[in-house]
Amino acid sequence: MPRAIRTQRKLLTTAVAWFVGLLIFFPILWTFLTSFKTEAEAVANPPLFLNFDWTLENYAVVQERSDYLRFLWNSVFLAGGSTLLGILVGVPAAWSMAFVPSRRTKDILLWMLSTKMLPAVGVLYPIYLIFIRLGLLDTRVGLVVVLMLINLPIIVWMLYTYFREIPGEILEAARMDGANLRSELLYVLTPMALPGIASTVLLNFILAWNEAFWTLNLTAVDAAPLTAFIASYSSPEGLFFAKLSAASTMAIAPILILGWFSQKQLVRGLTFGAVK
Amino acid sequence: MATKASRSAARLMMAPAVVLLLGWMLVPLSMTVWFSFRKFLPLRGGDLGWAGWENYSRFVSSSSFWPAVSTTLIIVGSVLVVTVVLGVLLALLLDQPFWGRGIVRILVIAPFFVMPTVSALVWKNMFMDPTNGLLAYLWRLFGAEPLAWLSEASKESIVMIIAWRWLPFATLILLTAIQSLDNEQLEAAEMDGAGPLQRFGHIILPHLGRAITIVILIQTIFLLSIFAEIFVTTGGAFGTRTLTYLIFQRVLESQNVGLGSAGGVYAIILANIVALFLMRIVGRNLDA
Repeated sequence: MPRAIRTQRKLLTTAVAWFVGLLIFFPILWTFLTSFKTEAEAVANPPLFLNFDWTLENYAVVQERSDYLRFLWNSVFLAGGSTLLGILVGVPAAWSMAFVPSRRTKDILLWMLSTKMLPAVGVLYPIYLIFIRLGLLDTRVGLVVVLMLINLPIIVWMLYTYFREIPGEILEAARMDGANLRSELLYVLTPMALPGIASTVLLNFILAWNEAFWTLNLTAVDAAPLTAFIASYSSPEGLFFAKLSAASTMAIAPILILGWFSQKQLVRGLTFGAVK
Repeated sequence: MATKASRSAARLMMAPAVVLLLGWMLVPLSMTVWFSFRKFLPLRGGDLGWAGWENYSRFVSSSSFWPAVSTTLIIVGSVLVVTVVLGVLLALLLDQPFWGRGIVRILVIAPFFVMPTVSALVWKNMFMDPTNGLLAYLWRLFGAEPLAWLSEASKESIVMIIAWRWLPFATLILLTAIQSLDNEQLEAAEMDGAGPLQRFGHIILPHLGRAITIVILIQTIFLLSIFAEIFVTTGGAFGTRTLTYLIFQRVLESQNVGLGSAGGVYAIILANIVALFLMRIVGRNLDA
């Protein structure tokens, strides 16, 4: 292709791609902008895009009225706790399946995956009942365990696909040099496995942060994370667009930033290694 | 070579994960199955004894069952069509060379990281509100009567809200798949005079086949259990009550645990049928 036509085509593609990209992103952008408006400006007709008096008032009101920080802390605790616990349980399991595979490894992996497909609503009441009996309803500890369990299959799978890429010869060489299991784990595998573990942590944190079935059904006040915090804006507060926007922005901003770092891992994690 | 010692060590390391997941699966599942055969009304007398298959037949014969099934199929099916078709187009677009690819990619992927309650509420109020919503403004701008989206076009609205969140997922996976395509093959086809449509139909689409299948299966599993989007928008009204939502209402709202559990068993069977297909694909991938 001649150069001029190629540049022209690239220009056109750029325009179309940016238009589509901004269109898809628009609801988030609009929420972000609205969070800095007054309530009157938020419903102004015609809508105000940038030409309004920027104010931080909504953020202050949301924090004051609904104690945002407490929900934020719950979200961090639930996502962080469940991820940490999942890694602690998942790393040894994935390690052993990747490096000491047996005839049953594949079946075990597939079975783990199948537990992920259990529709949550099918076991809602039993879990609810168990939570009441054990006094776990609306506690962070209970929810950490549930979130860990629903994400454990993804954790094991992701780690497994990463670990399998570590060449086995390295282990054999280390063993020849007299490394025992402990030093093999500590000095040979861990450094090589760290990037994979980091990706797994990132994706799981995001998934746990956004989980909105168990967090809505098993919490009330004390353990409620941001998903429930936002749900409380359902009505009638939702009609206060500026405050809803401020609350929404605060709920999604932390994870949006993390998410952008984890695009690649997302594909791998959510397709169980089938697409890399 | 794995020694006997390392084998038993491996088993030991696997044990916690296996035991936990086994417990997570078996305990609640057997409770659900047990409840489904009981007349169990926690607020009206508790466990009132054996019910046989009554819950199962009553769940299916209730007037809300078939509407819930069709709502589920319509919502899941529409979201799948929208996300896969637009996802392929978007992936093709993002695969082209243009300025600012990295940034546009980030913009497109962003909705997937928005928590479901936020996306549902933002759409419901700021876009779909019949008086102050942005869509209402657009409609008026073109001289049309604004719609009360969530009551007049309730299913379409829910589909839109859900598709907005899942389109990035489909796009991202399809884009990853397109990028693994051998460029030489495309160039060779172009040299041989294949037009863009032919190249798409004969090379790109077949190459994407597996990725599309995976997107469909994974999304189906997640979409079958869509909850928050309905919970905060319509609460199951206006014909948006899916099977998941119906079971939720039976179990927690009307506290008819026996009936809801029978519904739960149906949902589990349905999900397992889908899962079977997905696992076969993933399993094949493991051997490769």
